[in-house]
Amino acid sequence: MENISANGTKNEGSILLEMRGIVKEFPGVRALDRVSLQVRAGTVHALMGENGAGKSTLMKCLFGIYEKDEGEILLEGQPIVFRNPREALDRGVAMVHQELNQALGRNVMDNIWLGRYPKRLGIFTSEREMEQKTRTVFEDLGLSIDPKRKMSEMPVAERQMAEIAKAVSYDAKIIVLDEPTSSLTEEEVGHLFRIIRTLRARGCGIIYISHKMEEILQISDEITVMRDGAHVATASAAEMSMERIIRLMVGRELSHRFPPKASRPGEVIFETRGISSRFAKVKDVSIKVRRGEIVGLAGLAGAGRSELLENIFGISVRSGGALYLNGKEIRNRSPREAIRNGFAFLTEERRSTGIFGILNITENTTISALRKYLRAGLFLSDRRRAADTDDMVKRLSVKTASKSTQIRTLSGGNQQKVILARWLLTTPDILLLDEPTRGIDVGAKYEIYALMEELAAAGKSILMVSGELPELIGVCHRIYVMSGGEITGEVDAASTTQEQIMTLAAKNV
Amino acid sequence: MKLKIVQKFKQMPPNERRIYLRELLINNSLYIFLVAAIVLIQCMNPRFLSGPSIINIISLSAANLPIALGIAGAIILTGTDLSAGRIVGLVACVSAALLQMTGYAGKMFPNLQTLPIPVVFLLVIAIGALVGFINGYCTATFHLHPFIVTLSTQLIVYGALLLLLMTGNNNGQSISGLDPSYTNFIKGSVISLGSTPIPNYVWYVLVITAIMWVVWNKTAFGKNMFAIGSNSEAANVSGVNVKRCIILVFVLAGVLYGVTGFIEAARIGSNSASTGLNYELDAIAACVIGGVSFVGGTGKISGVILGVVLLRLIFVGLTFLGIDANMQYIIKGLIILIACAIDMRKYLVRR
Repeated sequence: MENISANGTKNEGSILLEMRGIVKEFPGVRALDRVSLQVRAGTVHALMGENGAGKSTLMKCLFGIYEKDEGEILLEGQPIVFRNPREALDRGVAMVHQELNQALGRNVMDNIWLGRYPKRLGIFTSEREMEQKTRTVFEDLGLSIDPKRKMSEMPVAERQMAEIAKAVSYDAKIIVLDEPTSSLTEEEVGHLFRIIRTLRARGCGIIYISHKMEEILQISDEITVMRDGAHVATASAAEMSMERIIRLMVGRELSHRFPPKASRPGEVIFETRGISSRFAKVKDVSIKVRRGEIVGLAGLAGAGRSELLENIFGISVRSGGALYLNGKEIRNRSPREAIRNGFAFLTEERRSTGIFGILNITENTTISALRKYLRAGLFLSDRRRAADTDDMVKRLSVKTASKSTQIRTLSGGNQQKVILARWLLTTPDILLLDEPTRGIDVGAKYEIYALMEELAAAGKSILMVSGELPELIGVCHRIYVMSGGEITGEVDAASTTQEQIMTLAAKNV
Repeated sequence: MKLKIVQKFKQMPPNERRIYLRELLINNSLYIFLVAAIVLIQCMNPRFLSGPSIINIISLSAANLPIALGIAGAIILTGTDLSAGRIVGLVACVSAALLQMTGYAGKMFPNLQTLPIPVVFLLVIAIGALVGFINGYCTATFHLHPFIVTLSTQLIVYGALLLLLMTGNNNGQSISGLDPSYTNFIKGSVISLGSTPIPNYVWYVLVITAIMWVVWNKTAFGKNMFAIGSNSEAANVSGVNVKRCIILVFVLAGVLYGVTGFIEAARIGSNSASTGLNYELDAIAACVIGGVSFVGGTGKISGVILGVVLLRLIFVGLTFLGIDANMQYIIKGLIILIACAIDMRKYLVRR
């Protein structure tokens, strides 16, 4: 800061970070092909591209997690090479990861000062200094988080803010935010954006990685699009439109974000009458789902949407109310019972409760339907399992080297397709989908929407939770809005507006 | 403060009150169990709470506390340490061999002068630290689970112990006839409770425990240890030297086993190949009862103390009740199982 003011010029617009002609090769693939990126002080620079476009590889080269094969990195004009994320941090280059990497058992300030605790007499940590410094950083950013609160007791949004505060506490000049809003509600996104704008006003350069078009256009000053490991375009956000970005990312015309709604809902197939959950926030919920209908659940984080799906699926204890399937009462006291009744549940946290990371595609696809493959009631038929997996891989166009590939090596969108395939093999009638397109790219999103539409047309019913209102409005027939564990409204997707839904969602806050 | 809680409780609707009370009972079940056990045993055998008996329980707990504090560190890192008991055994025999009194008939090294106590102490601490270093180094460098590493080192240490017992004139005998200055340093007493002397080693353990509390709670090393146990990747990205910290945790554990062995040799007086056998299992049980969870990243010094005392209390109490020795194993097993199941409830998210 000082040297710039000494020149008498403002640092706005000067290039903080420059990556020039970065090349990274892995055996058989050129993951980055002479990619360049310039981040100016006091700007938000969005980095966009489908999964596999090379965004994260580029960031890994910046932070020294990967060693680049060619090219150079300049920080404020000085050539620089980071050997690990810590060296980058020490030079004011920080990253907030999508999958928050925090010691959940520890409190906020322990996490923020981890690796550089303020010390007394060389060995003792100074709790008071730590708390003081944490409060200063929080006040600075307008955060009201107790520095002594345990991480595991905080909502994801606050953990995310704490992580950004950590980056700020390193006096970071460059902050990389990787999908920062994937688990935030619109309101929390607003708070995050205020913080980003504060940092921008201070002359920080922010690299913003996201799949959400609306947000990108709202927050960013410049946009760089990557495709297949190469730089495609950089332009100021004012010159960009959603259609143009999508075209650049996908490399072809993607006429619509959502497939046309061709399915026509039939009679009511599933109904909840006044269900409540004992420990979680679900109060007196009555909803109806028709055959071949896609029903959305909207609401803010903590409104009880995921909890409602969990309750229907028998994961949480029901304290009142009843479920009706085809007019007959069902209990769904455990996931096993729910599956037998024809329910399927795609969970929100794909990595922790969805995939079996080190198992291959075949195992991941057939795990819920193993009963189907028994021979003599005892032995599994590998041949039939392989055949069904092949079918599914083809039908859902899962991009994978082979069906014996470990699922964790696939991109998020392809992992999600495999999990959907798993549930389709159980031949469910009602699919409960919790954030089915979180953290996956535009192309894959469209494929998943199309699959949902295809299922609905085939008479399956879908109840989905999503934090993205355009998605709910674009995909669903009807939307229930939840707030504080209760249903506060029901809207027709064809005629509703985002404003109407937001008003209902804020009713019990 | 207390009044506030009472007021809050009075404002609760009846069903919430019931849940609140139930949670209160379950969360404090260890203490409740402790009190209930004491009352029960006291009713059946009034000598249980006499001065000598209390001092006995305290001394037995103190003797087992350092090893538990060492293992607790490994458990916080989501590991474990199976070599602890054997290290205690080796160290106890080394201490005993070097501190036998001059002129004792079966002396292992007849020509050896009695060494100064601090020299032997430092030597055995170094032995403990060395084995701890090997445990930590292999765990951190080769990314092996400490279960495997310590399963191996436990065998190696036992082999070394057996070889040691065959050296000099000893021929595999147990080592006794310790120098009185050593025995007195450990088992002697400067303070008595009533007519019962409190052995010196209780005070040494008290000091060690205080140091360990500071290490766990007030040093960067301690905080790093918890952070690694909670999320080692986060610690790594934040610039914590994860490898060094893991090694240090095991070295510190080795030092504590060294202390345990040094005390144990004088405390039991006659040391053989079976000294220290299965100590690690009691220590692990004490840690887990005291809330040092295998989930990693959680645990308190006070919990370890509580676990060690509770376990000793049960062992002594069962003897006081005159329960058959074979039956005692079954009861101990059940108590550990139940205590841990109740404790685990705290970590479960209820749905």
